[in-house]
Amino acid sequence: MSAAIEVQAVEKRFGNVRIIQDLNLSVAKGERHAVIGPNGAGKSTTFNLISGHIAPTSGEIRLNGEVISGLRPFEINRRGLSRSFQVTNVFARMTVWENVRCAVLWATGHRYAFWKNVDELPEVRRRTAEILEDIHLFHRRDIPAGLLTYAEQRELEIGITIAGGADVILLDEPTAGMSHAETERAVALIRRLTEGRTLVIVEHDMSVVFGLADRISVLVYGRVIASGTPEEIRGNPKVKEAYLGEEAH
Amino acid sequence: MSDTATSAVDIKAQSRGQNLRFYGIWVIAAIVLIVLPMIFSSGGSLTSFSLIGISIIFALSYNILLGQTGLLSFGHAVHYGLGGFLAIHAMNAVIARGWSIPLPLIPLVGGVGGLAIAIVVGWVITKRAGTVFAMISLGIGELVASSSLILRSVFGGESGVTTNRTDLPQVFGWNFGPQIQIYYLIAFWLMISAIAMYALTRTPLGRICNAVRDNPERVEFIGYDPHVVRYLAYCFAGFFAGIAGGLSAINFEIANSAYLGAVQSGIVLFATFIGGTAYFFGPILGAILVTYLQLGLTSVTTVWQLYFGVIFIGIVMFAPGGIAGLLMMHRPLVRAGSLGLMIPAYLIALVPTVALACGVILAIEIIARQHLPADAQIINLLGIPFSATSPATWLTSVILIVGGYFVARLTWQRIADAWDRATTIARDRGYLA
Amino acid sequence: MLELIVISTLNGVLFGMLLFLLSSGLTVIFSMMGVLNFAHASFYMLGAFFGYQLTRWIGFWPALIIAPLLVGVVGMAVERYGLRATHKHGHVAELLLTFGLAFAIEEIVSMIWGKSPMDYRVPALLDFPAFTIFSTNYPAYKLFMLTVSVLIFLALLVVLKRTRIGLIVQAALTHPNMVAHLGHNVGRIFMLVFGVGSALAGVAGVIAGPALVTQSDMAALLGPILFVVIVFGGLGSLPGAFIASLVIGLVQTFAVALNGSLASAFGPLDPSLGPSVLSDIWNVTIAQIAPILPYVLLVLILIVRPLGLMGTRET
Ligand SMILES: Nc1ncnc2c1ncn2[C@@H]1O[C@H](COP(=O)(O)OP(=O)(O)O)[C@@H](O)[C@H]1O
Ligand SMILES: [Mg+2]
Repeated sequence: MSAAIEVQAVEKRFGNVRIIQDLNLSVAKGERHAVIGPNGAGKSTTFNLISGHIAPTSGEIRLNGEVISGLRPFEINRRGLSRSFQVTNVFARMTVWENVRCAVLWATGHRYAFWKNVDELPEVRRRTAEILEDIHLFHRRDIPAGLLTYAEQRELEIGITIAGGADVILLDEPTAGMSHAETERAVALIRRLTEGRTLVIVEHDMSVVFGLADRISVLVYGRVIASGTPEEIRGNPKVKEAYLGEEAH
Repeated sequence: MSDTATSAVDIKAQSRGQNLRFYGIWVIAAIVLIVLPMIFSSGGSLTSFSLIGISIIFALSYNILLGQTGLLSFGHAVHYGLGGFLAIHAMNAVIARGWSIPLPLIPLVGGVGGLAIAIVVGWVITKRAGTVFAMISLGIGELVASSSLILRSVFGGESGVTTNRTDLPQVFGWNFGPQIQIYYLIAFWLMISAIAMYALTRTPLGRICNAVRDNPERVEFIGYDPHVVRYLAYCFAGFFAGIAGGLSAINFEIANSAYLGAVQSGIVLFATFIGGTAYFFGPILGAILVTYLQLGLTSVTTVWQLYFGVIFIGIVMFAPGGIAGLLMMHRPLVRAGSLGLMIPAYLIALVPTVALACGVILAIEIIARQHLPADAQIINLLGIPFSATSPATWLTSVILIVGGYFVARLTWQRIADAWDRATTIARDRGYLA
Repeated sequence: MLELIVISTLNGVLFGMLLFLLSSGLTVIFSMMGVLNFAHASFYMLGAFFGYQLTRWIGFWPALIIAPLLVGVVGMAVERYGLRATHKHGHVAELLLTFGLAFAIEEIVSMIWGKSPMDYRVPALLDFPAFTIFSTNYPAYKLFMLTVSVLIFLALLVVLKRTRIGLIVQAALTHPNMVAHLGHNVGRIFMLVFGVGSALAGVAGVIAGPALVTQSDMAALLGPILFVVIVFGGLGSLPGAFIASLVIGLVQTFAVALNGSLASAFGPLDPSLGPSVLSDIWNVTIAQIAPILPYVLLVLILIVRPLGLMGTRET
């Protein structure tokens, strides 16, 4: 059986600067995989590469065995990969309800349909309502997304990401900027929503990482310096030196 | 609000209620369209209503681009004009070949013309959004307008192509000679087009258009290709603009190169934006207002286009939501019952603001008349005749502008204060987020 | 034939340099502020009309200095009181504002000066043939125009390479997001850049006025070509704008000069079509299609290179 995500010898340059070098990463199906590393290590860039937002300079990326590097984001999304953004990236003028519903439409097969009343699609309505309840935003459904509080927008960001029912979910710092209570709620949410799916998550909060992840990869200066179970990573001297040492002060 | 348990049912009920209101509005609109010419039956008003109907379709089609999909086009008249030309040629062909296609179907031919050109050029134009789309649409507009002058056999050069609508096969004994019959034809297509365009906003494609408008980058990560979405929106806009062009060809029995020129593209942009792009009815208001002004102003001033420009600039700077946006701002206040706070403030502000506007109008008219002959030197403002050459008029204008401005500024501040109070109440009562 | 080539090349480069006087300002404004100034050609027109009026009052040479300064002041006022207030509503609103302005300026100009062409003459000092090649007299005034635009081009280069504001502009061209970090004087810099860009358009207007037609529709005629130039060159790229200006200048000049048509080239093969689209195309002269050539180029480049000749920016 092939891995859900397989990144092989990927390099990414911006101009002359090599932001990602010889990146190798393998995420098994059904695994919860955390990517950690200091700011500017290239974690978001890695997500951008996998999700097709930018193309690698060289190397290959596979999704469920199929080469996806070079494909456009929507082509990759249609193959079952969905991602969230570190900086909230929603449809600001549309209501919360519309935001989630738009994310449901492609997956439910309605695509570019212009002959169906979008309000009369029971499957779409059911899934939208379900997801809104999951992310605790059902009571806010008629509010334009741009007017939500920060934490609510982060939850909506997760909602949009999972709404299409993709098997592989990439979440980029979903709890950044949240209070402790909000973080706990969000983590419970993530745990529940990604049940039975493959999750790759970038996260700074180490308690979240060690509580949630099956495996962890540590990214420093565009390279994976270590990859393994939480125990292995905890005990890895290179990681301690490069990253955790800095965290622990 | 703890209605999560009954969520789906609840939503369904809510949309039922909306549906009822929705059909009600369309039925009322249809009745208004039918009754209107019975109340205002003069030839002048029939002509005006016909023109307004056509511009409503045109403006609504433009809003598929601007309001729904966030595409600012400077060349939308291309579809209107080519639709018009195809309609004219179709009519002439029907007459020449004796086909049994009645006149009421001709606007559809116009729509096909507008759609066809959209299918051909749309793919390239919609590759990019934003500023580049705006510039390319301008370029394509100029390209088509200039080409139309070269291809004389199709576009008839400067004079255009004419037809005679009464020579087409008749239906229900109507020969479509009298303006009232044309009015009802336009009203019919207006209803059909408006309903179709409204329905489009409530389809999956329509909603994804909104998403592309708000955030094209994110759309790519929920499975959609924004280029395809923009292209489809462009095709629909082209189709309905073509219907408007076809109706215009029937109405005037002529199509010429002015139909697809930059001025026509500019006017539809003005109408749509002034009306307001965020609501479906915005462009309808805008089309009514702009057509009305166009008809009304041309007879009283030579510089009506300047007034358009000034109104447009004012809307862009101070009310980018257009008239519809201004109206809808008050909805929460109406619901919360705090609109009453605003009315005195508005009434007080009205007087100096009108004085200021009159001063500006006087100044513009004085300058505009310096090239006109002596018999055109009387400016008739609110029933008062002013002589454009008299220093007293100058003085009045300056006093109105300066005095009006300083007093108006105070009253505008009053409006702002009243607004704060009214919205605070609305927020407290939960009608405003 | 050789004569035509030499003269057309001279005229084409001249037109190209004029276009660059306009497109350079437009490009810099766009790069720094993200606003495509639809009224840029209107500033060019204002330059021509101010130049005409001042020439009548105080003579051409003072007008050459004062008119562009006036246009620059108008430009700064537009930035300060118009664009700055509209900025919060987004780039579409800003573009629409300048669109409305272009419309209003055209109306105001025709309201004050009328709709017919102005009698804006070449100054007597320059009203003689500079040289004669083959049988054509080349007017000294055109050489003067060429000199002025080349001088300004060189001055711009020096400013860009040597001054602080030039460095800021350069940085803005390559890193559009950087402008936001300029700090508190960002407003002043925007106003200055907008003023200088408008003044450059004004210069172009003052010197082009006597050679071309000074009329209230001149902005509407030139504007679209200007936008073709900057999209063709790649939005936000100064070298792109330079190349595109020259290309469009030359193409248009040559097209106007050439009188051939398919019919004249292949006369004997005339398929003797009746009046039809084909016969229209068969008989049209290259001069007649000159106005549409820029737009054809625009469409072609967008098919081949969607970002324009040297463009790197997506928006
Ligand atoms: N489009 C880009 N152009 C140039 N540099 C970039 C670009 N995107 C990211 N970078 C650089 O790549 C590095 C890694 O960024 P990022 O992936 O966001 O880090 P992380 O998410 O690990 O904090 C940073 O130094 C950033 O400045
Ligand atoms: Mg990051």
